[in-house]
Amino acid sequence: MPTVTYIEYNGTEHRIEVPVGKTVMQGAIDNNVPGIDADCGGECACATCHVYVDAAWLDKTGLPAPGSQEASMLSFAAVTQPDSRLSCQITVTPDLDGLVVRMPEGQH
Amino acid sequence: MNAPVHVDPQTDAYDTPLDQIDVSNPRLYQQDTYFPYFERLRREDPVHYRKDGMYGSFWSITKFKDIMHVETHPEIYSSDAKLGGITITDRPMQYRRSSFISMDPPRHDEQRKVVSPIVAPANLNNMSSIIRERTCKVLDGLPRNETFDWVEHVSIELTTLMLSTLFDFPIEDRRKLTFWSDCATADVNAGGIVNSEDKRLEILREALAAFTGLWHERAARPGGYDLISMLAHGEATRNLVNDPMEYLGNLTLLIVGGNDTTRNSMSGGLAALCQHPAEYQKLRDNPALIPSMVPEIIRWVSPIIHMRRTAKADAEIAGKRIREGDKVVMWYVSGNRDEDSIDRPNEFIIDRARPRHHLSFGFGVHRCVGNRLAELQLTILWEEVMKRFPRIELMDEPKRIYSNFIHGISEMKVRIPG
Repeated sequence: MPTVTYIEYNGTEHRIEVPVGKTVMQGAIDNNVPGIDADCGGECACATCHVYVDAAWLDKTGLPAPGSQEASMLSFAAVTQPDSRLSCQITVTPDLDGLVVRMPEGQH
Repeated sequence: MNAPVHVDPQTDAYDTPLDQIDVSNPRLYQQDTYFPYFERLRREDPVHYRKDGMYGSFWSITKFKDIMHVETHPEIYSSDAKLGGITITDRPMQYRRSSFISMDPPRHDEQRKVVSPIVAPANLNNMSSIIRERTCKVLDGLPRNETFDWVEHVSIELTTLMLSTLFDFPIEDRRKLTFWSDCATADVNAGGIVNSEDKRLEILREALAAFTGLWHERAARPGGYDLISMLAHGEATRNLVNDPMEYLGNLTLLIVGGNDTTRNSMSGGLAALCQHPAEYQKLRDNPALIPSMVPEIIRWVSPIIHMRRTAKADAEIAGKRIREGDKVVMWYVSGNRDEDSIDRPNEFIIDRARPRHHLSFGFGVHRCVGNRLAELQLTILWEEVMKRFPRIELMDEPKRIYSNFIHGISEMKVRIPG
């Protein structure tokens, strides 16, 4: 099963096995990883599962398409960076085994 | 249906012909009798058309999932003030004031982004100490063994202090903000001071005059982290003062959004605890539940009863044909009690697994910009209440306002034994 490493804003790391087909957000919620709120439950409608994707993985996860709902919702999140994604929009594949994401200071 | 005063709502909700059910009747919310009507609609006709109701013809969207669908399709379901805006009341065109809540992307996005940094996580951390200090002061001043109005002494006082900080508005005049907020949302048929749109505008012009003065003062000096400075210096809003009605629209949005909703959650949360003694006891036994209780309070109270959209094209929701121009009303009070999306929705449970999965803040691009500030204020309030008062008693049923938009409590008599 692919492993995803979630790094909290304070540096705490969580290595979690996430089944293929689940989203990175779901992997965090199912394992009570703090720092990802996911208020809307994966509808891409709240921007409270915001993460920064580690530079080494950006090619594989990609970035939100301009004009997409994800890009639109992300634009309202606090402290976005060029590597920002909504983790409910990243589906885990065998390719993403080892993925590293970091959490922002807060979800909002 | 028009006079639920003398009827049993449970019977009336099921005896009224389906096409005659009118959930826009503000009395249903004033008398707290709306539940069975929505229960029936969710079961029998979840996307319900009411022709020629008290507030015109409209679609009622009553299920959580269908509300989420409307929220996430702003390209079809418009918030534009010119099409009707965000409330079920169709105001005459000359009284429609635009603001970023009643705009669609991309203009909405540009204006919203100007003010949203004030409630960003880092800024919330900065604000929490002043919120706590004031909350302690207000609570320490409350009478013991004496009946008093929680709304007046706690909910209004705390939210208005917060609002004057956000605007850097003269603190001694802060109750004006409460007054303007109430006037901005009052139903003209509620029997209050705002009995016409002209009267509303007359009062809100006082707000506009005060805030225009503040604008010029803030525009003349650099920076500033209050909302008026942010608007006066923001790329997308720096000329807003030249469009007084849009400036007023945005002011009333920020005043109402930052005030009314949290106020009613402060009142409604205490009412919910008093009415659910087992949950209240759970809180006494374990105050660490406050962070999960707060979103549950916000779901339970549903401070905004509905939001309205207008269809910009023919569309379909759950098999019903929506026509271009139709008024589509998302009833948050109903979606928040939808058993298909929320486990045991009619129970107040302060330790739910996923308490933030509720509709009270809306979803999509118009999701409440201040949602985490609201949670912060409520969290601090309850932390400080529980340190001081293990028990507060509700002395009478809360008095609710005549409105189908703001789920307001105007008076709530309580007593702190001590």
